[in-house]
Amino acid sequence: MNPKNEQRLKVVIVDDEESMCLGAQRVLKNYSVDIEDIDTRVFFDTKFVTKGNSFLTLLEKEKVDLVLLDYKLPDISGLDLLEHITSNNKDVIAIMITAYATFETAVQATKLGANDFIAKPFTPDELRSSVRKATINLLLARHARRSEEEKKKVRFQFISVLSHELKAPLAAIEGYINILKKRYGKVSEEDYEMMLSRSQIRLEGMRKLIFDLLDLTRIESGDKKRSFDTVDVVDMARTAIEVVNMEAALRNIEIKMYVAGPVHMAADKSEIEIILNNLITNAVKYNRDGGKVDVALYSEGDKKVIKVSDTGIGIAPEDASRLFQEFVRIKNEKTINILGSGLGLSTVKKLSKLYGGDVYLETQPDVGSSFRVELFNTNTSNIIN
Amino acid sequence: MNKTVKTILVVDDDHDYLFQQRLELESEGYNIITADTRKKANELLKEVKPDIAIIDLMMQEMDDGFVLSYEIKKRYPDVPVIMVTAVTGKTGMEFGSVTPEEKHWIKADTIFTKPVRTEQLLKEIKRLLKF
Repeated sequence: MNPKNEQRLKVVIVDDEESMCLGAQRVLKNYSVDIEDIDTRVFFDTKFVTKGNSFLTLLEKEKVDLVLLDYKLPDISGLDLLEHITSNNKDVIAIMITAYATFETAVQATKLGANDFIAKPFTPDELRSSVRKATINLLLARHARRSEEEKKKVRFQFISVLSHELKAPLAAIEGYINILKKRYGKVSEEDYEMMLSRSQIRLEGMRKLIFDLLDLTRIESGDKKRSFDTVDVVDMARTAIEVVNMEAALRNIEIKMYVAGPVHMAADKSEIEIILNNLITNAVKYNRDGGKVDVALYSEGDKKVIKVSDTGIGIAPEDASRLFQEFVRIKNEKTINILGSGLGLSTVKKLSKLYGGDVYLETQPDVGSSFRVELFNTNTSNIIN
Repeated sequence: MNKTVKTILVVDDDHDYLFQQRLELESEGYNIITADTRKKANELLKEVKPDIAIIDLMMQEMDDGFVLSYEIKKRYPDVPVIMVTAVTGKTGMEFGSVTPEEKHWIKADTIFTKPVRTEQLLKEIKRLLKF
């Protein structure tokens, strides 16, 4: 199959023997390199110069990707040129060519940053193979740099949103304090109570965000050693339900557990705990008063399933697709008084993926939502990667 | 003395902030209308032309404020827009000082960083309403 992407690299041949330049140009004219890892086919546009100085002028004006550099030029030594290229621009790759191939010059050239070394006279195949190697090196390095930058950008965006999410409650609380200070004695008792309780709710939300953030960074950093044990998922679900039972009872929400048999799996206990807590807490939080929560646990061969269904507000189809992104909270009149950090479900998704599974959502506005997490017994070596 | 009561549109997804703005600005004699999403703000704008708008930058989408500001200016070019945001310099997104070049695409008249002192906001509202 042909690669999806095409790319043209600019090649410059620097050699005082014009016939050598023309020959190399001919060889590369109809040559292409396929790089499977980045699904790209690379073609070459070649130019040649016969003097070192002309090359330096060209380098200032044009972007060059690959240089075939003769060791012995009339005006400047090829090694000096090589040093100039590699010290000023890490994005150019060089292949040294010489008629006097000695081990010493090869070592020297490699030290100065040449990617490869070919000796005159060389066959078209030797040239192609060397260009091929250099091309792969160059493009894979570029690709790695780009994905590193991409990662940085994602990180940066995360921090921007995080700082926003942390500052918003502070601003709200500060606003209430300012009002209460300014209108001391002039605020009705009802408003006074409301402002204090809103401040408390915002503080609580901030605390929740910090805890969720700790969960998330723990998963992402990979610093902490994950410890694998045989985990009794049913037992853990029972504990998770006990934690929210008080709040559920206050709102007349009934939580039921459906278990066909024992569900055991090799997992890090705290990670399963995070999944269960997030799903069950959400099912209560986003439920209606007097509603129901069903927690079903079962195994299907290797697959372990945790399914938590509620009779709550549900999620509109246009919101459902964004639900698992970080800091996405569906904001509408139904959710305004519900605390959430916007990190819970993105964490559940990340964890499910660590276990080779995923989380699936079925939902209908005003009827309810059902979250199904599938996990697999992963062997430890798999997880470390 | 200006006889007509001026209407201020406040758009923010933080309901506490909306409540506070309403309280502070109403007590200064303004008429306040609010929306918590860009969509709702646009629906309101179809019915009402406010004298000035105060909008949050980061709502459902990170740049909702910019888009809304653009939409307001397109519909009512003479309505001043104050953009308020909790996003700041520490993250590299600094909107406090706006160069003329940036202003060209940001389309807001003033940008404030949250928390905004009420006095500062009132002063800016008066300046933009020109009285």
